[in-house]
Amino acid sequence: MRVEMKVNGVTRSAEVEDRTLLVHFIRDVLGLTGTNVGCDTSSCGACTVLVNGESVKSCTVLAAQVSGEEVTTIEGLAEPDGTLHPLQRAFQDNHALQCGYCTPGMVMASLSLINEHPNLDEKAVREGLEGNLCRCTGYHNIVKAVLAAQGEMGAKL
Amino acid sequence: MFPSKFEYRRVASVDEAVSILSQEEDAKILAGGHSLIPLMKLRLASPELLVDITKIENMSYIREDDGEIAIGALTRHHALETSELLAREVPVLPAVAATVGDPAVRHCGTLGGTASHGDGASDLPAALLALDATFVAKGPKGERRIAAKDFFTGFLETALAPFEVLTEIRVPKGYRSYSFQKFNRRAQDWAIVGVVAVRNGTTNIGYVNMGVTPLRATAVEQQLASGASDDDAAAAAAAGLTPPSDINGSSEYRAHLAGVLVRRALSELG
Ligand SMILES: Cc1cc2nc3c(=O)[nH]c(=O)nc-3n(C[C@H](O)[C@H](O)[C@H](O)COP(=O)(O)OP(=O)(O)OC[C@H]3O[C@@H](n4cnc5c(N)ncnc54)[C@H](O)[C@@H]3O)c2cc1C
Ligand code: FES
Ligand code: FES
Repeated sequence: MRVEMKVNGVTRSAEVEDRTLLVHFIRDVLGLTGTNVGCDTSSCGACTVLVNGESVKSCTVLAAQVSGEEVTTIEGLAEPDGTLHPLQRAFQDNHALQCGYCTPGMVMASLSLINEHPNLDEKAVREGLEGNLCRCTGYHNIVKAVLAAQGEMGAKL
Repeated sequence: MFPSKFEYRRVASVDEAVSILSQEEDAKILAGGHSLIPLMKLRLASPELLVDITKIENMSYIREDDGEIAIGALTRHHALETSELLAREVPVLPAVAATVGDPAVRHCGTLGGTASHGDGASDLPAALLALDATFVAKGPKGERRIAAKDFFTGFLETALAPFEVLTEIRVPKGYRSYSFQKFNRRAQDWAIVGVVAVRNGTTNIGYVNMGVTPLRATAVEQQLASGASDDDAAAAAAAGLTPPSDINGSSEYRAHLAGVLVRRALSELG
């Protein structure tokens, strides 16, 4: 079947098998390999992307379901000249990543969380990221980064 | 992991879905996909045709209707969680919805999907059972209403026929007092046991993961109705039930947990 969706602002379309998962469409068809597959069982959040601005686990969604919608992946956040998104910069500044495997998913889930909740406190960040696992950092610096970024992002979104 | 081959079709109306489901042998409705797609990836389900109903218009809503709250089957967990109308009229539903999986799961999963899936380990079905909800289904012969007590019939089985679409869930207003006790050990886990208690004069209690279907704590309800103390009523929590055993807990452990959680719920109801 043919699927067509706006990915990071650009309309992308391709002929795929009906059973193609969104994460495979993003990685294998579009070549956007920033979105990772961790558990492949909807538990770890490494594959988190935004669909119409909301976080979803792309290993548990069919590309077909999202045809006609807008998808944002980690590659869509920085400016074209490479300037990092405030959230990405906050992750860097706060040392919120070590191996980096969970990071694209963490950043996308955090972006959705900040968009939905105007005034996050530490508890709300921890609960809001409960679907994203990190085996390296122990989470503290991720929480710090999200809290730092929300102040900076403010009205920008 | 990916599912075995199937054909994907989108429908624009409930009638179109019913008509396809009545004609095709091995078709399944696809809503949020957050129960069905994991099962298909594990090849525990391999339907030949998926009928995506999520683009049907006007099936995602929460509104007052005829003295009750009517909720469209495509309403996502996230919408339940953030609904002001529900927070005011049926506050147990946002409280329960907010504990389902994690935010990304709640952006996808639907109330109709979790009800139709009929998993005894799911949270919202137990709440709907405690609330004596009514399920509205549409089939080739038109619409029918099914009471919650007749809806959950067996392991992942409901009263819905394979060619019926669940269109709406109706819950009574008035159960403003509630307690939800979801016991698990790690963030985002399913309940090892969950207790949903609601009170509006009488006290109704639904169980998560105490059997193959969502259940009512009938023995506890009867004790309370006949004037027993909370502690005495809670002692009957597992009477007549055979809770499941799995890696998270034995049947005996679940029976014990049910008593503890019912007591906590009753004291929170006040
Ligand atoms: C990581 C993860 C964690 C989760 N944690 C929890 C949890 O803690 N608690 C909990 O309760 N649930 C949990 N869930 C399940 C989640 O709530 C599902 O979204 C929900 O059970 C199914 O809803 P859906 O819309 O995704 O349905 P789908 O997966 O699309 O469908 C489920 C079944 O219902 C049928 N169906 C769907 N809609 C209709 C309809 N309108 N009429 C007739 N049949 C229909 C389908 O054919 C299918 O058989 C979790 C899921 C995941 C992936
Ligand atoms: S790879 Fe999708 S949630 Fe882990
Ligand atoms: S930085 Fe390694 S998993 Fe999170």
